[in-house]
Amino acid sequence: MITGKILYKRPKTLKDVNMSYCPGCSHSLMNKILCEIIDEFDIQKKTVVIAPVGCAVLLYDYIDCDSVEAAHGRAPAIATGIKRVNPDNIVISYQGDGDLLSIGMAETIHTANRGENITVVFMNNAVYGMTGGQMAPTTLVGQITKTTPSGRNPENEGYPIRACELINTLEAPYFIARCKVTNSKSIMQTKKILKKAIGYQINKKGYSFIEILSNCPTNWGMKPKDSNKWIQEVMSKYYPVKIFRDKGEA
Amino acid sequence: MNKKNNPVINTDKCKGCELCVSECPVEIIAISDEINIMGYHPAYITDSTKCTGCIKCAISCPDAVITVYREE
Amino acid sequence: MNKKILMKGNEALAEAAIRAGCRYYFGYPITPQNEVPAYMSKRLPEVNGVFVQAESELASINMIFGAGACGARCMTSSSSPGISLMQEGISYISGAETPAVIVNMMRGGPGLGNIAPSQGDYFQAVKGGGHGDYKIIVFAPASAQEIVNFTVLAFDLTIKYRIPVMILGDGLLGQMTEPVVLPEMKEIQDDINWSICRGQDQVIIRSLYLVPENQLELHNLHLQKKYRSIEKDLNKYYEQYNANDCDYLIFAYGTTARVCKAAIDRLQKENIKIGLFRPISLWPFPKEEIISISSKIKKAFVFEMAQAQFEEDIRLSFEGKKEIKGFYKLGGAIFNDDEIYELIKKNI
Ligand SMILES: Cc1ncc(C[n+]2csc(CCOP(=O)(O)OP(=O)(O)O)c2C)c(N)n1
Ligand code: SF4
Ligand code: SF4
Ligand code: SF4
Repeated sequence: MITGKILYKRPKTLKDVNMSYCPGCSHSLMNKILCEIIDEFDIQKKTVVIAPVGCAVLLYDYIDCDSVEAAHGRAPAIATGIKRVNPDNIVISYQGDGDLLSIGMAETIHTANRGENITVVFMNNAVYGMTGGQMAPTTLVGQITKTTPSGRNPENEGYPIRACELINTLEAPYFIARCKVTNSKSIMQTKKILKKAIGYQINKKGYSFIEILSNCPTNWGMKPKDSNKWIQEVMSKYYPVKIFRDKGEA
Repeated sequence: MNKKNNPVINTDKCKGCELCVSECPVEIIAISDEINIMGYHPAYITDSTKCTGCIKCAISCPDAVITVYREE
Repeated sequence: MNKKILMKGNEALAEAAIRAGCRYYFGYPITPQNEVPAYMSKRLPEVNGVFVQAESELASINMIFGAGACGARCMTSSSSPGISLMQEGISYISGAETPAVIVNMMRGGPGLGNIAPSQGDYFQAVKGGGHGDYKIIVFAPASAQEIVNFTVLAFDLTIKYRIPVMILGDGLLGQMTEPVVLPEMKEIQDDINWSICRGQDQVIIRSLYLVPENQLELHNLHLQKKYRSIEKDLNKYYEQYNANDCDYLIFAYGTTARVCKAAIDRLQKENIKIGLFRPISLWPFPKEEIISISSKIKKAFVFEMAQAQFEEDIRLSFEGKKEIKGFYKLGGAIFNDDEIYELIKKNI
């Protein structure tokens, strides 16, 4: 039995189960970070997490909060329905890139445009993880996926979509930021930003959009460490990590 | 440094992703040759006496299987 | 006693919903039901309710899913093309067992079709439409007063059984102005201890069942058991018009049934023994009653504004035991009573 002061321990809201994500996956990490923030705000009993179609579909098996499982792309509409009925609950729409920018683009934009007081956590891993690594709206030009075997060709597939930049054209959103979780330092920064976003929701400030440049070691065919390096060296060149808007600081 | 830090890895639940290994500033985390019940090579602490208690390993562990203690 | 007032079908529906405790409406404009969102947008804020014009019917139905997950009395309305877009959501809501009232004021199809009244969405409403083995309760009112009555009932049933309830009307019913008696404003005390946002232990609203392997099978068996009990409970929603001691019986629902009544009155004056059987709940279908009445007649007629969709359920109930002759109007065309009169005369 080890005793002493605990410097770090698993957050209470993260259930004591093995998450089924692949080793080193950013989904695991962000599930954990979300739980840390929920614990720190002590909002476990009033938080609702929308589980999207994608690798995070079983989110509620790990995060011990009320949860609604959405159809592919519809999480922000469900979040809207919940928030309009229960404005004092904390609603988090957690979505992948296929979910948020492809099949759910309309819901994404219009929920942001209405300025719904929710927090969107956008896991951008540049592929469709769950279905085995097909092209996503955020797949980089030249990036090889299951459905772009010679690399994404803009002539045929168009260019990767920058979500934060798109959302940033709208009037209503309160807080828009792109983050990465490639090492402990950037994880701490990301946590600070996401915590701020959820704090804004608690204080009824409005809509926040937090994009996380995420890895998918499995479908990228890389070791977790190399996948984080790729985010650092390649992905974040096209998707700059920064705060796009913070009405709370303006 | 008189306080002793104690990083503990739950090896049964470690997925051997190695992300903690490169985080440790004093390089006391390594990957084991053994295989855990999930079929992964888990991380282990080579020399806990050197641990600074910086918790970088725990922060970067996606599966939250590292706990860091400090003996009072 | 509330007094009679004149109201358009669509507006009567909206007011009835509010009086039945509906405080959340999400919808997207489409003719011929635009009076519903217009009315709701004005009226809901007066009762501290929420109106949201969604970006699409896909969004509307999922907003309803979210609101329903909270145990709220919530509603969306649309017409055929919009209801098609909602099918995905209706399947999810059915799987997840949350409440939802959905109004379909049917118009001509397929495709964009036209904006004239139709009954072409019968199969979609009654047999599925979305994926998977599920059922929704479907009411087909035939007057503004019935729209009011069944809208109120729809909210009680959707909360009781946690199953989508559809009001299946058509452009004509929605647009028609008739006298109605509205109910009092209802005080709501719903038992929703299964819903989210109550600050209790974790509640998961889901339709995905992966492990153990038979979990989805068990969930489906549970749903089917619920459907069987609903079939038992809701077997009384039909109207019989001169249906006792008949040689001939017309089967029709909604708008079409109204027109049939006028023809029946004329035929009876000529001593033709003919009546009407009008199902009001299309699911559950009043099958037992139809089976029993089928043995007493010589021949049945079916009138519908669709190609033998409703007729199929009549045939299933008849099990081939009596002759059935169907007449159809397609693409937004409606029957008139002269036409029905002539058709019956020619076919008896
Ligand atoms: C309507 C519909 N179309 C397709 C699918 C199949 N599908 C499941 S997950 C997925 C892609 C998810 O990718 P993304 O949103 O990027 O999330 P990730 O798995 O990468 O976390 C698809 C297409 C589905 N479940 N529903
Ligand atoms: S497939 Fe990719 S995104 Fe999905 S869990 Fe595995 S690594 Fe993560
Ligand atoms: S707490 Fe810091 S020093 Fe100690 S093992 Fe972890 S990373 Fe290394
Ligand atoms: S980061 Fe966690 S899961 Fe990965 S090797 Fe280290 S202890 Fe194991």
